[in-house]
Amino acid sequence: MSAILVLVEHLKGAMPEVTFEMLGAARKLGDALQAQVHAVAVGKGVSAFASQLGVADNVIVVEDASLEPPSAELVLAVLKQQMEQKQASRVLLGGTNVSFGLGARLSARTGVPFINFCKGARVEGGAVVLTSAVFGGKILSDVRLADSQGIVSVYPGSFPPDAGKSPRTPPVEKMAAPAVDCKVTFRRLIEPEAGDIDITKQDVLVSCGRGIQNADNIPLAEELATVLGGAVSASRPVVDQGWLPLTRQVGKSGMNVSPKLYLALGISGAPEHWEGMKGAQLVVAVNTDPKAPIFDFAHYGATVDCLDILEPLKEAIAKKKAAK
Amino acid sequence: MNQFVLLKMVPDTVEELNVASDNQSLDSEFLRFKLSDPDEHALEQALLLKEKQGGTVTVVALDAPEVDDVLFTALAKGADRAVKIPVDQTKLGTAATAKVFAAFFTSGGATLAPLTLVMPGSQANDDLEGELAPFLAEALQLPYLGVVSSVALEDGGKKAVVLKEFAGGLRGEFEVPLPAVLGIQSAEKPPRYVPVAKVRAVMKSAKIETVSVAAPEKAAALDLEKMYKPEAAGRAQMLEGSPEEIAGKLADLLAERGII
Repeated sequence: MSAILVLVEHLKGAMPEVTFEMLGAARKLGDALQAQVHAVAVGKGVSAFASQLGVADNVIVVEDASLEPPSAELVLAVLKQQMEQKQASRVLLGGTNVSFGLGARLSARTGVPFINFCKGARVEGGAVVLTSAVFGGKILSDVRLADSQGIVSVYPGSFPPDAGKSPRTPPVEKMAAPAVDCKVTFRRLIEPEAGDIDITKQDVLVSCGRGIQNADNIPLAEELATVLGGAVSASRPVVDQGWLPLTRQVGKSGMNVSPKLYLALGISGAPEHWEGMKGAQLVVAVNTDPKAPIFDFAHYGATVDCLDILEPLKEAIAKKKAAK
Repeated sequence: MNQFVLLKMVPDTVEELNVASDNQSLDSEFLRFKLSDPDEHALEQALLLKEKQGGTVTVVALDAPEVDDVLFTALAKGADRAVKIPVDQTKLGTAATAKVFAAFFTSGGATLAPLTLVMPGSQANDDLEGELAPFLAEALQLPYLGVVSSVALEDGGKKAVVLKEFAGGLRGEFEVPLPAVLGIQSAEKPPRYVPVAKVRAVMKSAKIETVSVAAPEKAAALDLEKMYKPEAAGRAQMLEGSPEEIAGKLADLLAERGII
């Protein structure tokens, strides 16, 4: 039966959890379909990762010191080659910025359909059915894979990473990097400017979304953050508007935070944002839209305008602290 | 330099979305469409580049509700040409939409001259089948990069130097030779505002061109079994009352939890 390939996600010498999420999901599907699971790792120093990938039947390594990072053209060539050699018509890719665009391009080159935003997979009637979140997570769609063939982008946080971890050391197959014509050239990585605040180290984050309305209201959020002993963070739209710097952005392209308290003000809670704050211990969301997706994963919520609650909350907290 | 900004109308997720009785599509009753956010950024990025380098900016869209307003707004913002392809985009998956745009570029609707940038938004909320930009790049055999947050031109406009976003605020700097497809995530500046009065004036003075392209054979690349609303896995405990009352309840809650 056709094999499953998992593209090992990595950046700056580390593998994010989504790699293990994919391995666990692939293993489960592989067992149900009696299909082999091959992990594919391309880049500089990737053989060092192999010993952690024991959930896969084996690990295919394309390694070279020059591949930092490996070009998209190279990764596509390796995947296409492995799809042919291993008769693998199922490929799992991480839904991250690193692997962005690979799925569509691989689909165009191989004719195997690509399914995006995948949050769940099951086998039903002998075929693979994938559940994806679309329209900012407000709607789910179930897609049945014809002949169980598909290239899938796995949404980080969708599958249990522990299912993809094993002490077993898998066999490693080394492969030479195929020659590719690469037009896009990587120059360098640019670290975010060291901001005043590292939001990943804060116990409390007062996070501003579109509902904060304009830059003038940010200082009010900062006052509230100060009273709570924390800092202000933001969702993408606020940073795109220039109201707060990139270092304050929580989400897929921003930071991953896990504070004790995440107070989400006027944030709708799209999957890209949730991805960055799902580690928060207590999530309180304020949004005028009762159907905002954020209420599906917040612990507490209120449907008042966040601008109306800033002052009262600051006062109530100051009062509570004084009483202690 | 020629820039083509590709615009896609998507369901406005600010509204409540419901599934139609066929369980395969969105209920159209209260459905509103809006321009996909990254596409608005793509237009802004193109206009910024035009201000620096000159050349023309052409916006292209398929047919969808409210698209004329969006095209006129683009002209009011400073685009030179607006083209509408009379194919119903709302019936097509992203792969098919990419085929229509590819046909636009190869069948004479546009010229892929050397100094050309094709810039759709990096992705859209209905991209179940994948993103428009990479599909288009493959069809046109052009270099591609997505999640782009800034574009500068070097070497007399023959090469773009772009920043791609990674996680944690990290960005990668890449060189992309023109002609190329760039999926724009965010422009270097927030999208500019244009007064409604100016858009109305443009509606009177300018025209949206029509370029016919054959509708693709296959509208959907995937076998969609059903579409449905998620069951909330864990619903938030909602706090009721006035803002002051809610503030009080929250303060109590945080004190109980030892956060304050």
